[in-house]
Parts: sequence; C-alpha cells; structure tokens
Amino acid sequence: MDINLIVDSISVLAHGVFLTLSVTLLSLVVSFILSVPLSLLRASPNRALSRSVLAYTYVFRGTPLLVQLFLVYYGLSQLTVVRQSIFWPLLREPFWCALAAFSLNSTAYTTEVFRAGILAVPRGITEAAQALGLSRLMQIRLIIFPLAFRMVLPSYANEVIGMVKASSLASTVTLLEITGLARRMVSETFAPYEVFLAAGLLYLLLNFIVSAFFRTLEMHLAHSPTSNSRNIKAGPKSSKLWPLRQAIDKRAHTKPDDQPSIRSL
Amino acid sequence: MTRAAYKLRLLQLRTPYKLTPNCQSINLGLTRILLEIIGINNTISGSKRSFDEKPYIRRPYSGGATRHKAERTCVLSFALQFFNGLQITVVLALVSGALGSLLGLFVAMAKLSKRDVVALLGRAYTTIVRGLPELLIILVVYFGGTAAITALTGRYVEINAFAAGIAALMIVFGAYCAEIFRGAIMSVPQGQAEAARSLGLKPWQIWLFVILPQMMRVALPAYGNLWASLVKDTSLVSVIGLTDIMRVAFIGAGSMRAPLTFYLVASALYLSLTSMSLASFRALERRIEIPGH
Repeated sequence: MDINLIVDSISVLAHGVFLTLSVTLLSLVVSFILSVPLSLLRASPNRALSRSVLAYTYVFRGTPLLVQLFLVYYGLSQLTVVRQSIFWPLLREPFWCALAAFSLNSTAYTTEVFRAGILAVPRGITEAAQALGLSRLMQIRLIIFPLAFRMVLPSYANEVIGMVKASSLASTVTLLEITGLARRMVSETFAPYEVFLAAGLLYLLLNFIVSAFFRTLEMHLAHSPTSNSRNIKAGPKSSKLWPLRQAIDKRAHTKPDDQPSIRSL
Repeated sequence: MTRAAYKLRLLQLRTPYKLTPNCQSINLGLTRILLEIIGINNTISGSKRSFDEKPYIRRPYSGGATRHKAERTCVLSFALQFFNGLQITVVLALVSGALGSLLGLFVAMAKLSKRDVVALLGRAYTTIVRGLPELLIILVVYFGGTAAITALTGRYVEINAFAAGIAALMIVFGAYCAEIFRGAIMSVPQGQAEAARSLGLKPWQIWLFVILPQMMRVALPAYGNLWASLVKDTSLVSVIGLTDIMRVAFIGAGSMRAPLTFYLVASALYLSLTSMSLASFRALERRIEIPGH
C-alpha cells in the first residue's frame, strides 16, 4: 500500500470531481423539472394519461442505464438526420449525451417517487383546499406538492445518491470523470488498489455530503407547522437554520407551534 | 459441407467460446465461421476467395441482393450470439443473487447482533458498499483481484471476468439485501423469538423455523425490486469483457455499424428479463400473502 500513490491519486482524481458533479447536478435539475408535471400526469385518475406515462417509466426503469447511454451516444450518431441537424455539435460530445441519458433515466425514477408521494397526501387536505376556493394549479403548488415532497424525501435522497453513483457510467463513453480518470491512472501505474481506493474515498465523500444535506433538509422541514412527518425527530434548536426559520415565522406572523397556516408553507 | 464436418466445426465453435476462461470476446472470425455454416461462402470446401485469405482487401460489390442476404444471415448468426449472451446474463444474475442473498442474510444478522464490534463491521460494510458505484466495485474486484491473487500465490493468476462479475455483484447485492432483511427482521414481533426460546428451541432453530419465514413475507416486495436492479447491473460486467447481452450488442454494433438496432434488441431483452422477474415476484407475493396483514 503506497500512501504517496494514494495521495497523488486523490489529487489527480479531484480534477474529475468537477465533471462528476456537473453531470450529476445538471441531470438532477433537468429530471426534477421534467418529473414534476409527469408525476402529476401519472397520479391523475385519468387512466389514459397515467398509462402513457407508465409506458415511459416502465421502459426506462426496466432497462439498464448503460444500454440507454449507449443508445443515445452511439445510436443517435448513426442516424443521418441527427448528424445533419443543428444539435450535432452537442450530441457529438459525450458530456451532453451522458447528460441526456442520465436525465431521461432519472426522470423516470423521480416520476414514480413523486407519484407515490402525491397519492399519499390525505384526500381530506385536498378537499379542504378545494373548499377554500383554490384553483387546481394553486392546490398543487401550495398544498399537494410540498406535502408529497416531504413525505418521499428519503426515497428522493436515495435517488440522488443513485445518480451520483450512476455518473461513473459516463466513463464508458470516454468522459473523464472520477472513474474514467481512475481507469486511465490504473492503466498507467498498474496499481489498482491505491487508485481505486482514492476513487472510492472521493465517491464516499460525495455521498456523505449528499446524505448530510438531505438529513438537514428533513430536519428543517420537520420544524414547519404543517409537517406530516411526526416520526422525524426535529433537530436541535441550536442548529444554524433555526434563526432563519424564526425570522421567516415572525415575518409570516406565526409561531412555530401555531395552527397550520397556508401562508407559511 | 458433410454432416461430420459440420459437427466438427460446431464443436470447434463451442469449445473456444464457452470453455476457455480467457476467450472473452467474440472475434469476427467466429462470425465468418457461422456464416460458413449457414452457407454464405464455402471456405472449408476449398474454393479460393481472396476475401478470406486477405481480409483487409475489400471484396467487390456483388449487387444489393447478395448484400441483403448477407445481412439477413448475419442477423441470424447474431441471434445465436444474443442467445448465448442471454444465457450468461441469466446465470450471472441467478448465481450472484443467490450468493448475495446468503451474504446479506448473514450481514443482517451481524448488524442485529448484541456484540458492538460485529454490528459495527456490518454497518461499515453496508455503508461503504452502498456508497460506491457498482462499476467501481466491479473494476476493483477484476483488476485488484488479479493483483491480489497473483501476489498471494506467486504465479500469475488471472481472474475470469465471469468470476469477477459474480464476486462484485454478490458484494453489492449483499449490502442492499442486508438493509432489506434487517428491516424485515426488526418488523417480526419480538414475542415470537421469546416464545420460541421458552419452548426450548436452540438459537439456530429459532432463526430457521420462526424468524426467517416471517421475515421473508415482509421483505419480498423490496427483494423483488432489488432482483430487477441486479438483472440490470449485470450489464455493467460487459465493461470488463464478459460476453453477456450488452457485450454482444456492443460487438455487433461495432462490426455491423448499426448501433441502434443492436442496442434496441439488447434493451428489449433486458426489459423482458426484468418484466419476467417482477411478474414472478408479484405472483410469489400473492401466493404467500395473508389477508389482513
């Protein structure tokens, strides 16, 4: 075990962290934006709408991400119409192909996760919102979706961590993120243990940061007046977010343990 | 070709493809042999075709009909290779799933043990393995395993891609299984174990006859989902050269310059595999469910 080599590997592989993070974060943002309307369609009582979104999520959750990635990267470049289109400078690059494939895959999983959350919101709350005269869009924006999101936060955190790990697949289409750089280093130094140990440490660090972020988010949301997650032990009031929360509550003229109010959502 | 020569050729085909550990990839020569069998060109019977002696010389364009016939029979020969790849994928999934479930069961029992060291080891194992990408674990086992065993035995020992795939997938599957089984075991009422103990059952009997059957019922839905993702993770082993569905599609896409066709076929095969496994797990769930639980 060459400690110097491990330290060297970490400094070399750290250059790949930027690509890993950019692929992961961009595809997560795109998939979040795409999956919100899709999950509402999927959770709608209209069977035709729900089934058509189900077709998409079934195919993309049932096939490996590697196949999807190769389909986008190698398969699209086969079509002449793609090669002559304006998107070709983008689709030629492995980064954008990986982004497209990861976004499509992550959208499918996130849609199913959010659909479970939307279906789990108690019907009484939706009916109360309707009785208050809120339009459907306002109901979804103010009541249904925030509640659904808080309920499925653990599943969504799992999905985000899965996305960080799936970014390592981009190394198979020659993108030089952490795993790609690690494989190149192994072929140069013939020291698989040290290099892959460094890569593993970097991935564990990234996943630890993501888990810590979601734990903080869960604790922060558990303080909210309309929190449904009573089994979440609310974090200590000495946490850094607590003064911010107090300021928000003061602005909304509400105490944290007051009756639930729509304004403070 | 005579029947005996055909059988001999078939035997020569199968031997290097399946039994030799180092023969990981299908080379183009194999495709040409298959074409031969189907009757595209008669190299064995000795007719001189410059195409076969000097493969780098482009053969003359002999019209669209011959080309289409060649492509059709290439598709047939690739169907055979896809079938072999499907066999390897299924065997890989079954073996690594079975071994990984056993491993996950033991790790779950370790995590629930009263001894702190054992529980800590179990927690470290699941946290680390669930935080690393599966591709990284496969690469570590393949490249690192070769280095480790070579250093251990002193001779150069190469790990088969199949064995490395099984080991890596077993490690990954075991970690996720451990979490599922741990949650399921914790959901079995503690009174069951206490009653079993008061009846005089030994610890291993309590585990085998009382806790495990009840745990299986709770764990089955999540286990079915995990099995589907295991089938999808077997596609990653193609990266280290194992000829499974994905590798056959990769080679076909490269040699026939038709990536869309081959990858669509591969995704259809994977979709059918995951559908079958999910359907069978749902059927199993319905079979063992107790109404009202």
